[in-house]
Amino acid sequence: MVPTSYFLVLSAVLFGLGVIAFVFKRNILTIFMSIELMLNAVNLAFVSFSRALGQLQGQVFVFFVIVVAAAEAAVGLAIVILIHRNRGTLNVERVDTLKD
Amino acid sequence: MTPQIAMFLVLAAVAVAGAVSLILQRHPIHSALSLITVMVALAGLYLLQGAEFVAAVQIIVYGGAIMVLFVFVIMLLNAGEEERTNMSRMARYVGVPLGVVFMIEIAYWIGSATLHLNAPASGVVSTRDLSNLLFREYVFPFELTSFLILIALLGALVLARREESE
Repeated sequence: MVPTSYFLVLSAVLFGLGVIAFVFKRNILTIFMSIELMLNAVNLAFVSFSRALGQLQGQVFVFFVIVVAAAEAAVGLAIVILIHRNRGTLNVERVDTLKD
Repeated sequence: MTPQIAMFLVLAAVAVAGAVSLILQRHPIHSALSLITVMVALAGLYLLQGAEFVAAVQIIVYGGAIMVLFVFVIMLLNAGEEERTNMSRMARYVGVPLGVVFMIEIAYWIGSATLHLNAPASGVVSTRDLSNLLFREYVFPFELTSFLILIALLGALVLARREESE
């Protein structure tokens, strides 16, 4: 079988790529997607540890993470629609009212 | 190299390629499709670890519901190509290498800290055990998540509702 550390390294790489996407992307929708990528990376770590330790709790936790991600996507996309309606742009650099 | 490790390498390569493509694509719809690739590859990795129910939920809920919501919003807002902002010199020559170093760093330390975890025996987690745990021991958090979904639904409705002009 595949050693657990392989999965954990992959999970860390995906999380790192998610962080890089979060910092570098300018479109608010893509920033949202990079958050989903990070959540997915953490889910992979949960499942790997669940298998390595022989306990099912990790997989139960993955369900909760997925449920919270779904709720977060619903509210977040509503906020994105609201920003687009009020400011007419999706570029986060243009949404800077608080700076003034 | 056992077939499992070969399978892992293929799926991992697909997942990492999808994640890199998410960063490099300019158009949000292309990024969304890259993210769907990552999620399907992750579902394959869950199957490889014997977590079949999680794999099914991953495809149905993440690939099916959440990403469709994303694509729907992208099309609804007619989101165009990302504007090219001229990245400052600082961001290009310090930010990108630092990001890559951060990624390699956490991958290295997590990998070396968990080397002692040897590969467990293969085995498929039965969905019956999982549901027993979820609906007996964790039934209270499970009910709480239904409240969370309800509140998120109400919040999304209130936020996205058009203001009535009087």
